[in-house]
Formats: sequence, C-alpha cells, structure tokens
Amino acid sequence: MSRFTSGQADLIFSRRMLVVGGAQVAVAAALIGRMGWLAIKENEKYNLLSEDNRVQLIIVPPRRGWIVDRHNKPIAINRSDFRVDLIPERVIDIERELTLLAGLLALGPDQVDRIRREIKAAKGFQPVQVAENVPYERYAAVTVRLPELPGIEPARGFTRFYPAGAAVGQLIGYVGAANAREYEAEKNPLLITPGFKIGKEGLEEVLEQKLRGIPGGQRVEVSARGKLIRELTPKPDRSGQTVQLSIDAGLQEYAGRRLGEESGSCTILDCQTGDILCMASMPSYDPNSFSDGIGRTEWKTLSEDPRKPLLNKTVNALYPPGSTLKPMTALALQAHGIDPRERVFCNGGYQLGNRFFRCLGRHGSVDMHRAIAKSCNTYFYSMANRIGYDKIAPMARMLGLGEKFDLPLVSQNYGTIPDSEWKQKRFERNRRLVERPDWTRSDTLNAVIGQGFVIVNALQLAVSTARIASGRLVPPQLVGVHKEPGEALDIPAEHLEAVRGGMWEVVNGDGTAGASRLNLGAIEMAGKTGTAQVRRLAASSSRGQGGDWRYRDHGLFVFYAPADRPRYAGSVVIEHGMGGARAAAPVAKDVLTYLFDRPKADQRLAELETGWGGTLAERTQRRNAAIEAAARQAAALKSPPIAAPAPIPASVNAPPPAPEDR
Amino acid sequence: MISSAIIPQPLARLPWRLIFLVSGIGIFGLINLYSAAGGSIAPWALRQGMAFGVFLVVAVIISNIRETTIKSLTIPGYIAIVVMLILVDILGFVGKGAQRWLDLGFIRLQPSEFMKPAIALMCARFYDLLPTGEIRKFRAIWPAAALIVVPTGLVILQPDLGTGLMVLFAGVTVMFLAGVPLRWFLIPGGLAAASIPVVYLFLHEYQRKRIDTFLDPESDPLGSGYHITQSKIAIGSGGMFGKGFLQGSQSHLQYLPEGHTDFAFATLAEEWGMFGGALVILAYLMVLRWCMGVATNAQTRFARLSCAGLTAVLFSYFAINLLMVMGLAPVVGIPLPLISYGGSAILTVMICLGLLMSFERQQRTRSTLS
Repeated sequence: MSRFTSGQADLIFSRRMLVVGGAQVAVAAALIGRMGWLAIKENEKYNLLSEDNRVQLIIVPPRRGWIVDRHNKPIAINRSDFRVDLIPERVIDIERELTLLAGLLALGPDQVDRIRREIKAAKGFQPVQVAENVPYERYAAVTVRLPELPGIEPARGFTRFYPAGAAVGQLIGYVGAANAREYEAEKNPLLITPGFKIGKEGLEEVLEQKLRGIPGGQRVEVSARGKLIRELTPKPDRSGQTVQLSIDAGLQEYAGRRLGEESGSCTILDCQTGDILCMASMPSYDPNSFSDGIGRTEWKTLSEDPRKPLLNKTVNALYPPGSTLKPMTALALQAHGIDPRERVFCNGGYQLGNRFFRCLGRHGSVDMHRAIAKSCNTYFYSMANRIGYDKIAPMARMLGLGEKFDLPLVSQNYGTIPDSEWKQKRFERNRRLVERPDWTRSDTLNAVIGQGFVIVNALQLAVSTARIASGRLVPPQLVGVHKEPGEALDIPAEHLEAVRGGMWEVVNGDGTAGASRLNLGAIEMAGKTGTAQVRRLAASSSRGQGGDWRYRDHGLFVFYAPADRPRYAGSVVIEHGMGGARAAAPVAKDVLTYLFDRPKADQRLAELETGWGGTLAERTQRRNAAIEAAARQAAALKSPPIAAPAPIPASVNAPPPAPEDR
Repeated sequence: MISSAIIPQPLARLPWRLIFLVSGIGIFGLINLYSAAGGSIAPWALRQGMAFGVFLVVAVIISNIRETTIKSLTIPGYIAIVVMLILVDILGFVGKGAQRWLDLGFIRLQPSEFMKPAIALMCARFYDLLPTGEIRKFRAIWPAAALIVVPTGLVILQPDLGTGLMVLFAGVTVMFLAGVPLRWFLIPGGLAAASIPVVYLFLHEYQRKRIDTFLDPESDPLGSGYHITQSKIAIGSGGMFGKGFLQGSQSHLQYLPEGHTDFAFATLAEEWGMFGGALVILAYLMVLRWCMGVATNAQTRFARLSCAGLTAVLFSYFAINLLMVMGLAPVVGIPLPLISYGGSAILTVMICLGLLMSFERQQRTRSTLS
C-alpha cells in the first residue's frame, strides 16, 4: 500500500463531502416528499380526522312516536318530565357534586353507584343520567344550586305514558334503557344516550324502528381536554311516526277490567275485515311502572305469579279448545257429505271397541243443530269416526287454527292441529310423547272434542269464529284500520248457515250458554262454549270442577254478534274457570254489550268491580304498594347498615315467555 | 459580505446571508409560537425571542474567537463536559423522567447539549493531531471510537437516546470525512443493524414503546401512538396552504401534544400548509449548504473536519426532528432548533453557527491577506 499523503486525504475529504451533502439534500427531498404525501395526497383523510377531533356530536334523542287506537285515542304517549344529566368532562369535583346531588335528589346508594359506574365508562361529551322523572321541587332545587354544580345539566325529558295502564300491558309492552346486549347488536350510539329508551316487549319492541324517529345532534367544538369551545349549527331531531292500531282502546280497557281477577283473555275481531279490536289478557302488568324502571322485587312477584301476568294469554298461551271446535268440525262434516239433518242417538257416550267415550249428558236423538247447541260429544264422536280426522284437520287449518299469523307480535305460540302425518313425524322425533306412529280412531275421537293432541291459542279461536261468522277468509290485523272485507271462504253458504244456527241456539235457545243471552233487544249473540281439561279425567276425582285451582278445567267461549248480521267475533278464555258457560260466556256478553250499549256495560262493570274491591287501576295500585312494601322489607332485612341493596337494574329486560311452539 | 462605506468594518464582515436566513427561520418560529399560545406572545414567543437575540449575540461573539484558541480549548472543554456528564449520571437532577440536568444552583446545565459541538471539535482535533499516513491504521480508529462512545454512552444512560444518537452521528461523520477506510463504517454498521433486536431488549420500556409505536402508530392511537397520529393529522390536514394563521384546530384545541416544543413543526405545517413547511425545510437546507461551503473552503484539516462535524450536528437536529414529526422515525425528544420552543437547542445551534462563522471569517481574512 502506498503512503497516504495529505493530497490523497484532501481528495477523499472532498469526495466524501459530496456524499454527505448529497445525503442532506436527499433527506430534505424525502421530507418535502413526505409532506406532499401527507398534506396533498392524503389531505382529505387527515382533514376528516382533524374534524373528527374538533367536532363532537351530542346526540339529541328523538321523541318516540305515539301509539293510537282505531279512533285515534292515545294508547302510548310521551309525558314531559324533568331530568338531570351530568357531563363527566365538565365536572370538577365529582365526589363533592355527587354528594350534593344525592342530597338534593334523594338518590339511594345504589343509584350513586350506578352513576359512578357510568361516569367511568362514559366517553367524551356524552352525558350520563343522574335521575329522570324528577319531581318539580327537587328539579328546582338542583337548578337553584347550579353555580355549585359545574357539569350538571337539568333538562326536560320525556317518559312514556300508557293511559290505559295494565289493560294494555302485554299487548303494548313497555320501553326501557337499552342493555349491553341490545347495544352490541345495533352499535348505535343513540342507544346509550341517557334518557333514550327502546321498546322492550310487545308492540313497543316490534314497532321499534317506526316509533324511534331520527336523532338530532348538537354539534360542538371541543378541545382535547374536553373544554367546550363553541356550539356549531345543530341538527334537529325527527320524532318517530305515530302508529295507529286496529285496537279499540276503550274496548280493550273494558275487556281487561271485565276479566277482573280471573286469569284469562278476551280477543275480539271485526269479523268482516279481520281488524283485531281487543286483545286483553289478565292479570297484566302496568307498563307505566316498567317504563320508569322496575324494581327487582316487583319483577320477581310478577314472574312468579301462577296467573302469569307477564304472559300474553291471547297468543302465548295454548289451550285444548274443547267443544269450541265443534262448529268447525260441523263444517268439515258437511264438506265431506254428512247431511246436517242426519240424527245420532246419544245415550251418554260412544262405544269404540272396548272403550267408552263419554258425553257430558244423555241427549237422545240429535241432529247437527242440536249437537252444537247442547255440545253433544256422542254426535261428533260418531260422525268424526265415520270420516276420520285427516278430513277434519284441513278445515281447522283453513279457519286459522294452528296457524302462525302475520302479526307484529314478539312471539306467537301457535299450537297444533294434528293429523296422521303429523303424528308419524312426531313419533319419529320424540317417542316419549307419542306412543305409536299411526293415527288411531281414539285419536280422532279425542281430537274432535278439542282434547288430545289439539292445542290452540285464543287468537286462533277468535279468528276461526270470525271466519265462520262472516264466511270470509279474514286475516287478523293489528296495525291500521281496514275497511275492505276479506275474501269469501270456499264453503257453501248453507253449510255455514247450519253451523250458525246451532251457535245461535247455544245462546238464544236452550243451549249451553243460555244464561249469557244479550239483553239488547234485536241484537243477539251466537257462540259456542268449551271446557278444556287441564289433566286427564281419570286423575281427578272432581272431574276438574273444583279443588285445587291449578287443576280446574279451563272455561272457553267463542262468539259473534249480531247473530243475523255478524260484525264482531271473538273468544274468551278463563283459565281454570271450570266451564265455558259458567266463566267465559258472561264475560263475552258484557264485552259485546259494551260495543252496542256502553252505559249498560259500564253499569254492569261498576257493580262487578265493587264486588272485586275497586277498579283495575285501584287494585293495580294497591298491589304495587304491597310489592313496594315487600321490597323495602326485603332490602331492610338483607342489608346491614352500610351495604346498599343490590343495585336494582334500571330496567329488567323481560325475558319472553318461554315459547313452546308446537 | 456587505461592503459599504457606512457600515463599520466588523459589522460588514459578518456573514449576513447566514444571519438573515437564521433570523428568518427564527422569526417564523416566533410567529408559530405566538399562534401555538393561542395568539399571545406569552408564555413562549417572547422568551424564545429574547433567547434568540441573546444567543445570536453569543454566536457573533464566538465568531470572533480565533481558530488557534478554539483548538487549544477543545481538549480541556471536551474533558470538562465528560466530567459533567458523569456528574449528571451520578447525582443528576431527576426531571422529565430523565437525568439530563446538572443543577449548579444558579443555573441548570444540560451538559449533553454542549457535547454536540464538543464531539465534533474533539474528533476533528484528534484527526488533526494524527499524522496523515496513519489514517488507514487501527491507531486512527480506536481512540476516536473511544472519544465518541464514552460521551454517547453517558448521554444514553441519562437516559436521552436522541441526544446520544446525535453525538454519535456527529463523531462518526467526522471520522468518515477524515478518511477512515469505508470498511470501518460498513462492518460496524452491518453489525449494528444485526444487533438491533438485541439492543431492543435492553432499551427502556418507554423507548421500546416509542419504537413499537413508530412501526405501527395506529396500534394504539390514544396511547403511545397518539403523538405520531396527531402530528400526522395536523400536517395532513394543513393541505397546500394551511388552515391559516391562528386557525390550526389540532394545535389550538390541544389535540397535538407538545405543539410548541418537539412538534412545533406540525403546528406550523397545519397553519401554513405544505408551502410553509417546505419553506422552512428549504431554508434549513440553505443554512446547511452555507455550512458545507465553509467546510469545503476551510484551509486547515482541523477547521475542515470541525466545520463538517458542526454541520452534522445541525443536520441531525433537523433530520431527526422532522422525520419524527412526519412519522418516519420513532419519537425521540429532539426539538427543531429555532422553531421549537426551548433555549438550549438555540444555544447549541448558535454555538455551532458561531464556531462556523469564526472559521468562515478566518478563511476569508486569510484569503484576502494572502
């Protein structure tokens, strides 16, 4: 290697200076290039992000749409109330303010805990609810002390109000704050806005999207530390739509009250159009108390009540229809060539092989008309055995029995109209429930009197009666008021007349429901009673006519009126009412009276309610007071002085009654 | 150089082109700090302006020091600063999560700042002393390497990775320009690259997090990736001509953290756009060109290497800060001198510029004399 001279060193220096200088220029060029990429190519994206930073949207929840009845009478409306919210970002001393608020608003320790939890979870400018439905005096007390309470926002809010209270409970449902699962499903920030409630049950839940409306927004410019810089133009909210139901609120309320202390339901349709005028189910719950958030004890009382106040007994309870199926069967018999004048001799039952199927009486020689009027089992045993149940089931289905209707209901238990094919499948699926795969004659005999495998809901009974009464294939409808009558059924008029004659006789002749004749002059009711066994006759010494309430027979009644020009049709089911004539038909009578002569019906109800100890509202209130007292007592027992009672969920998400759709 | 009968000789001899450039950047920085404070000269713009004025005078004073004096002060100065670094590490004042300050009671010194120009001068002095023929021998390597590694290590221990890297960069640049064979850069460079995963394990938790964040800032946009994400949003939303003076929402609403110090450039770019940012970058490039010119024209080996080393210090400030602000480098706490608020960075830059002006003055007077 040659000696390294200073000349060579100079050369290396200047060469390497070029490299260093070049690197500097390259870095500067890269930086300018990078700036161009960020500021020009990606400008739009970063502008958006910068706006996202700068502008926060405070959601203004929309007002929920009303639910009104067919005469525009309100069923669910909004009542303005006072509420207090808290914006975590603006609060200075959270502990001091919470203590002060707890005093001013009389908040319990569990409520304070909830507020703390929500503050922790809250992000940015979203307010947290401190209290809603605040009485004016307390609201005013907070307003006066606002200077000491930075971040606290008193506001006007809305609570849902159901004027008819418990009478519309299961049908309308109720509203409540969305729970975590509902929020996860929808991911809509509106759901976690304080004061915003969604439908939790019944129509409130099913019609949620219509009723909800579109939220508005208060746009504000905020700093990274959450300081409000200024308010930008707000976006107005749009209220939810008003939904008109086919329900007649007055009738619904009357029917609910008329059911009284019984556990049962009353369903009435306009039999020409299918509009459901009334779907009352009792006992019920007061949706108003659910909308404010329901206490755990109240919830427990309701869900453990053997009379099932949370269950909509018009569509979610299934009953063996008993003799109420006989008009349908009579149509099927005629469709398969049986002359309604043909007589059968009833000597108290029907012998099938070595088994004797009982009738409820000895009716002597009966034709179809008498068989319906007196509810003679022997006639139907004998005729059904002749044609077989596979020929009866299609008629039952045509009239809507066993059908799941297209209705805005959270769930429907639609029951079973069996036939041989059904039994075969049933046998393959579950051998324990069905002993043998083939349809037997005794299956037919059981089914024809509405026992055995047959099981339906009260709405189906009402629909089938409406179809028989009008001769039209009316679809039951719950939303909107319909004028056009349904299309005609494919059943000859004389067949229908034969059956209607029998049903007229039931009430107005010497039939089973003679005691429930309408006292309305020319307006007559036609119907059919039914008594459904809750357990097998052999197992009960008293034949379901007494003893333990749980084992008493269900009383059913289907009806229509006026008998000559049918307009209304329906069903009444009284659980464990022991008989259709005894328990159900009188309810039908009074409810129909309401439709034709209100004062008379009101007078009758007043008499009855005096006997029961007050109006429905009064009784509900009394029951709630008792529940509250029990809750307080339970809380006092459970909690030592320091521990607060277990936090009561602001609203319990009512689990739907376990559907047993068969 | 301005030649005029009216202006006195010492003033006229000053490198006005450089002073104008630096003042221009400085004034732009002050305007930006005025905006970062929400349209107020307090608390930053005024103090920064005063620091700028004072240290510019310091630079002019330094520019009058002769090369021989600088040369003679280099070794004692270097040793003094190393001692101070050791003191900082031992009894250093804990502040900002790092022991960077030496509190002498009346003033808080950050010795690592002074190490930046000192390392450049010291390496230059070493190669000045080394006979030219020795440059390819191992003797030319290890003393210089030791001179660099000791202060670098001490600074990184403080811990201040950014400054440590700057010291290392300045020293290595001088070694490179002194003519040390390329293999001495390529082999350790390769080894360093290979050892990155190992080094990573020994880094502080917060340093590691910064690197993780740099590699994937969106992984934790509200946590440690916040700085880079918000800085990119500020620069990106500025567009071509910016949102306008005092209109930057990122900085004014405090979404951009450290918008007046390390991320001041992002504040500037948000309000002045690509145009303002590019202007600053070009101005810096021109300052660097001037410095490189001084190095190229220097007569002595010491002056030449010193100037190049000092330029490397200025360049590393500029490059590390801007690469970080634009999301091209991990977040290391290096300010952009003259733009970011902070006196020590101005002081360091002015010392470097003062020294460069001194070398420039002497080569000019020498050339006119010869």
